[in-house]
Amino acid sequence: MSFLSYLINGISLGSVYAIIALGYSMVYGIAKMLNFAHGDVIMIGGFVVFTATSATGMNPLLAVLLSVVVCTVLGVVIEKVAYRPLRNASPLAVLITAIGVSYLLQNVALLMFGANPKSFTSVVKVPALNLVGGDLIISGETIVTIVSCLVIMAALSMFMKTKPGQAMLAVSEDKGAAQLMGVNVNATISLTFAIGSGLAAIAGVLLCSAYPSLTPYTGSMPGIKAFVAAVFGGIGSIPGALIGGLILGVIEILSKAYISSQLSDAIVFGVLIIVLLVKPTGILGKKISEKV
Amino acid sequence: MSMLKVTDMEVYYGVIQAIKGISFEVNEGEVIALIGANGAGKTTILHTVTGLIEPKAGKIEFEGKDITKTPAHKIVSMGMAHVPEGRRVFAQLSVYENLKLGAYTRSDKNEMEETLKMVYKRFPRLEERKNQLAGTLSGGEQQMLAMGRALMSHPKIILMDEPSMGLSPIFVNEIFDIIQEVSAGGTTVLLVEQNAKKALSIADRAYVLETGNIVLTGAAKDLMNDESTKKAYLGE
Repeated sequence: MSFLSYLINGISLGSVYAIIALGYSMVYGIAKMLNFAHGDVIMIGGFVVFTATSATGMNPLLAVLLSVVVCTVLGVVIEKVAYRPLRNASPLAVLITAIGVSYLLQNVALLMFGANPKSFTSVVKVPALNLVGGDLIISGETIVTIVSCLVIMAALSMFMKTKPGQAMLAVSEDKGAAQLMGVNVNATISLTFAIGSGLAAIAGVLLCSAYPSLTPYTGSMPGIKAFVAAVFGGIGSIPGALIGGLILGVIEILSKAYISSQLSDAIVFGVLIIVLLVKPTGILGKKISEKV
Repeated sequence: MSMLKVTDMEVYYGVIQAIKGISFEVNEGEVIALIGANGAGKTTILHTVTGLIEPKAGKIEFEGKDITKTPAHKIVSMGMAHVPEGRRVFAQLSVYENLKLGAYTRSDKNEMEETLKMVYKRFPRLEERKNQLAGTLSGGEQQMLAMGRALMSHPKIILMDEPSMGLSPIFVNEIFDIIQEVSAGGTTVLLVEQNAKKALSIADRAYVLETGNIVLTGAAKDLMNDESTKKAYLGE
């Protein structure tokens, strides 16, 4: 029975990775850049909820909503201020800028909130599920996390069929041709950052609810792992982000449980290296077709 | 009145001057051909007119309005469509989704449905394959899709860049027949082609380009019989 509960924990952690990975993947697919500040947006999302609930006693659900709004705006602003001026610059310049934005967010949070870990009160009020006569307990956080992930995936898949969603797919395939259809590429990229960052806020809340310690560096490791998940599943692919996230979460929890909790990260990244050696485009990665 | 008027346009790629101050105009209802060898600047001209590239100097007017600095995505809704070189269909989207993106700037659903019917009528093969991914179509079918997609915006003028490139002779004839149909339907056409003979056979007037300059212009019929054009571009 313990295996089953580890598995469920893995799926839960993997769901958080998947939600974060979506942001990485969508932004990469559409803006063709790796937004390494994405993980730190998660941390900001956590701090918004923490501050709102502990300082003003705001209703947790309202606080989550506020956090989504703040992160959405933050994502759009980051794109506009830091990345848009580099639209035609070399990918390396953009990458370094993204790392810079990541450090900026971490240090601003350090200034505002200090380095001491804050204990985050879970916003989840769902009762735990007792199965098999109490042998298998699924926490409320786990249930909410997995359900949120599924809802987000379904909503996003539906969104991709709408007009702005189709514009996104068009931009991700061929910016020039999309412009010739009348698609405003800058607005589409902004929208992508908005969605990705809004999702990061949700991921931040779910993560902090399950692992209730919040520091300015809270987002960085999950951010990197979600990036691994995105690459693992095939960066640019929405179902790939889901599959990559889930597999990564399960590997991490199972290796913590059965092999070594110290080596679990090494195992996670080791798996990435093997996947990249065998299938460089990731599990669901698209073949890059040659242009005629 | 000319529908599209380009005056003294200069375009640079970095320090290299690709277009060296050219002027041309397209009148309503005409089929105009821009012909010239590889690298003469034909594609650059179309990209500059539709706003994908900004010219360093000169003026581009569309129906009397200055569009020199108008971004590409706004020019589409003014009534100018561009079928790009190499077709550039959205390979991961279905034929139907590609066509719908062609009507991205239009808001009236009923009008869009009407245009879709018209496009399917003109290209029955697209209707047969409407749920297929565009990337799985043959080259000729992709060219039809690119043209159909451009027509979905219900343009007043359509710019076509090398529509015959890489197609089998049968498809080339079919594509040129369609261009004539589009023109007969009231849409003005600006056609860029390396296949000068074919282009001149359907054009009203033509401009001959050589390394960023217009070296010759006139009625397509006259150019076809012009000795120097024959030698240089018609392979006779």
